[in-house]
Amino acid sequence: MKDFRLEVFKKASLCRNFENILYEKVQEKLIKFPVYLSAGQEFIASTIAEKISELKISPDIFIQHRGHSTYLAFGGSIDQLIDEMLGRKTGCALGMGGSASIQCKEKNIFGHDGLMGNQVPIGVGACFASKCPTIVFVGDSAAEEDYCLSAIGWASTKKLPILFVVEDNNLSILTEKKVRRNWEMHDVAQGMHVKSFNISDDPLEINEHLQNVFDYPILLNINTVRKYWHAGAGTDGDNFDRYEKELSYFGDAGIEIDKFNKNLVLEAWQRQLEKQ
Amino acid sequence: MAKTVRETIKDITKHHLLEKKSMCFGQCLTAVGWVGGTLPELYEEDGMVEVTTADVANGGFVVGAALKGIRPIYVVRYQGFQWYNAPIIINYACKSKEIWGIPCPIFVRSIAMEGAIGPVAGSSHHSLFQRMPGSKIISPMTPDEFDFAYKEFMKDDDVYYVSEHRRSYDNSEELKNVIQQDADFTLFPISITRFDAEKARLILKEQGYKINIIHQLWIKPFLFKKEWREALNSSKHGGMVLDDDYEEGAASSIAHSMMIDSEKKVYTFGLEHRTAGFHPDVDNLPPSPESIAERVKSIINK
Ligand SMILES: Cc1ncc(C[n+]2csc(CCOP(=O)(O)OP(=O)(O)O)c2C)c(N)n1
Ligand SMILES: [Mg+2]
Repeated sequence: MKDFRLEVFKKASLCRNFENILYEKVQEKLIKFPVYLSAGQEFIASTIAEKISELKISPDIFIQHRGHSTYLAFGGSIDQLIDEMLGRKTGCALGMGGSASIQCKEKNIFGHDGLMGNQVPIGVGACFASKCPTIVFVGDSAAEEDYCLSAIGWASTKKLPILFVVEDNNLSILTEKKVRRNWEMHDVAQGMHVKSFNISDDPLEINEHLQNVFDYPILLNINTVRKYWHAGAGTDGDNFDRYEKELSYFGDAGIEIDKFNKNLVLEAWQRQLEKQ
Repeated sequence: MAKTVRETIKDITKHHLLEKKSMCFGQCLTAVGWVGGTLPELYEEDGMVEVTTADVANGGFVVGAALKGIRPIYVVRYQGFQWYNAPIIINYACKSKEIWGIPCPIFVRSIAMEGAIGPVAGSSHHSLFQRMPGSKIISPMTPDEFDFAYKEFMKDDDVYYVSEHRRSYDNSEELKNVIQQDADFTLFPISITRFDAEKARLILKEQGYKINIIHQLWIKPFLFKKEWREALNSSKHGGMVLDDDYEEGAASSIAHSMMIDSEKKVYTFGLEHRTAGFHPDVDNLPPSPESIAERVKSIINK
């Protein structure tokens, strides 16, 4: 049997290395549009993607603007993501999506248009029409949009097979949650009769809460830490880093996986840049 | 007896749900009246979907359904409510094909009505969609036109904004252009003004004026047909676009396109640029036959 935590780490390692290398490309000014790095938050998508692959299903996925890790964890092509960063027609969003509006048709990942939280009602509507498993990712700030809240309510009313994942990094750009609201998403969703949990981005804890996923609407408010700036390449200081924790847990095996993924991403960049 | 616009919409909706297995979304659809009698008495199991009162989210639900390829109908019972319903449709569905190569066709039935309904609900608001890319706007006022709009939509992969007007629902007649040699003036009416333009033409005819009428079914894309241009160029005093929306939108834009491509001035006449109140004294209604006739005469006799 596969080691769940290790499989999650492999995915997260790909995501982290992708973001770290992209960070450099942004600093080198190879990319001139806003880039929303998801480093620090990669265990959310990686854990859910691993669970989904265990379940052998391919749900529709509605992504948020900070979505590189979601895209990669669910199996989106790295070459097409690089091409997208380079604004090429061969990019995953035809060169139109930049960093915020990526998609992957093969993996049922629907792009985000840049209006925060749009993906919540859209995902709910798609799920209502298909009645098939659907996952919607949303930030803690975007979740405040009125249309997100009412969409969660309607998903509950219609008992849809949907999973809402609030990637709660406590920040809206740099504004903290406590400045913006005195309530929590899991409480609101619970009030709407959605099974809701407030948890950390520890893969085992996330997995525990995915036991009945798609049997009814579930909302996971997952507390996480954004490693880099809201947009662009920079850091706001040294914060808790789940990746470091998991890396040290796996010891040498973890270091090997990290190296492997770093090379994989570097080679992909080289391949794509040479293609020009 | 000839079919009315109301019966045509009802039959098309029934066909779309039962034969095409699609969905029709909207607020309070199954309530008394079934949206002016334009809906068949079907319920959620047949695809007639009552949504919440959250208009912005509702627009999003329909976009999601459209992404799954079902070509939903979306009924917005008063066009003024588009200010809340349109954002996700305009920003996602209308852009999806260009950004992601994924068409997101929706048949948005946007219904106008006016008279004693106050500052927000009334009149047409097709200009809201007109200024943004990615949608087509059509304003059918006759049974054949509605049928045509639906068939075009089914062949197409764009969002259709169907600018309806409740006053047209009883209509069972087709509207024909009136193009005459050496006319004094040409009217280009949109939506409900098409009926009143015809009445204005008759008033003016009695007074000795020769008026053309060229009906505007498509608002966007706007195609200035050769015979329309010729009719405008041979009208002594130019033309006027009539609309049931504020003049500072589709009407001005269409008039501008016509002027660029003709030798004549094209005026606009739509809602006044002010807020409507409920009482008749403070309402803001589309141009009446009399006011159209007066406006035309004031231009001709300038
Ligand atoms: C409708 C809308 N309002 C505001 C913005 C501006 N905006 C861009 S990102 C952002 C913060 C998003 O925070 P969150 O949803 O928590 O995601 P995070 O960036 O933290 O991952 C805001 C307010 C926007 N893009 N769309
Ligand atoms: Mg946030």
